[in-house]
Amino acid sequence: MSKLKGKVAVVTGASKGIGAGIARQLASDGASVIVNYASDKSGADKTVAEIVKAGGKATAIGASVSEASGIETLFTQAKKIYGTVDILVNNAGVYKFAPLEAITAEDIDFMYNTNVKGLLLTSKAAVSQFPAAGGSIINIGSVASEQTPPTSSIYSSTKGAVDTITRVLAKELGPKKVRVNSVNPGPVVTEGFKSAGIEGSDFEKQMVTGTPLGRIGQPEDIATVVSFLASDDAQWITGSLLQAAGGLR
Amino acid sequence: MSTLTGKVAVVTGASKGIGAAIAKSLGAAGASVVVNYASSKSGADTVVDAITKAGGKAVAVAGDVSKPADAEAIIAAAIKTYGHLDILVNNSGVYEFGPLEAITPEHFHKQFDINVLGLLLVTQAAAKHLGKGGSIINIGSLVSRITPAGSSVYSATKGAVDVITGVLSLELGPKGIRVNALNPGLVETEGTHTAGFIGSDFHKEAVAKTPLGRTGQPNDIATAAVFLASDDAGWITGQLINAGGGVR
Repeated sequence: MSKLKGKVAVVTGASKGIGAGIARQLASDGASVIVNYASDKSGADKTVAEIVKAGGKATAIGASVSEASGIETLFTQAKKIYGTVDILVNNAGVYKFAPLEAITAEDIDFMYNTNVKGLLLTSKAAVSQFPAAGGSIINIGSVASEQTPPTSSIYSSTKGAVDTITRVLAKELGPKKVRVNSVNPGPVVTEGFKSAGIEGSDFEKQMVTGTPLGRIGQPEDIATVVSFLASDDAQWITGSLLQAAGGLR
Repeated sequence: MSTLTGKVAVVTGASKGIGAAIAKSLGAAGASVVVNYASSKSGADTVVDAITKAGGKAVAVAGDVSKPADAEAIIAAAIKTYGHLDILVNNSGVYEFGPLEAITPEHFHKQFDINVLGLLLVTQAAAKHLGKGGSIINIGSLVSRITPAGSSVYSATKGAVDVITGVLSLELGPKGIRVNALNPGLVETEGTHTAGFIGSDFHKEAVAKTPLGRTGQPNDIATAAVFLASDDAGWITGQLINAGGGVR
């Protein structure tokens, strides 16, 4: 398959987990991929090495999307390397759960800076580089925006903001032929998922029971959906929130 | 694209318009396609010809989805011709607009029988043959959320389709069958031309309200249907996907 042949994609937070899975998928579908990372250089290098080994094109760029200077670095370098950007996957995101009484101003800034402010400023930078033919922005949200689990007030609300931004920007950027969609995963088995001790827990069993397709998501489950939205096969789809969660609601 | 190699698909109401485009795209993606039609045999034959000329496999099968025996027969034809079934696209649908005072039982039943009962009957017949990896795609409409004036019956049928999609995704999920709805906005087809939509003030207004600034084409819907039919959408079920260029 080469439905993204000739396209250049930036995937933020792609050193591991869902982001790494998306970067690999976009590359295997023909795109040249900027594998962005905030701190995990070795993870990003590993993702790039896997892509190159499979015959694809990718470059790692270190830059934090939570800072304006990081975003500028990311796009200046991306343009230098591949000349243009056609696809942006806003995947970088952080989470931390705490009950109301334990949340702090620092936690709010920590999650909002990356998940919302970073996403908006990254989108702004990408749109300024998209060609006249348009582009595709895919925001990685979460089913948390609708599930609103307890102790997730900050995280879920950042994802609620992402849903809203997707719909606003779809209207705003449609006339520029820029499509904007969200892919909202449920629980996905990632390094983060494993280190949080969820794997094998009762919580995991509960999630599987609540999932009609009866398993936990894998990064590849999300990646194929992102690749579709990035491609011209999704040319008529914008402003959509696609839950990729095996039917979990 | 050949992501559907070895799969068998049934597309209801595929003799023209969106259904024909979906049938052709599924065929081009490698699926063997049952092209169902209610009355237009020549339309269905044209679609089958186009698919086979492009190197695909297809067969035209007559049947009124709102009749239980026909619904069974459409699915039976797929099994008989191709041996199994993987994909069902519930595309058959009719529309008729009218203000509240013009609604009659006939107007109601004409639309609910095909758009809702027919969809359920074909799905019921298909579910017996679908297994892990099976995909059901219901063609709904943006009207279920836009609720335009003068469309109470038609929009209600599509609201029912949205709900059925959610219910059946929960019901059939444990068997590994995915159920999603693809909800187009105004699409330029023979039907919308004949109904006088295309070129009308309503059409101009619709385009002006569409962020991507044009009218939908059958192929816009077809490429999204191929994705939902494929394993690339293996983790997507119970979703209502708007395919309307951003109209909400």
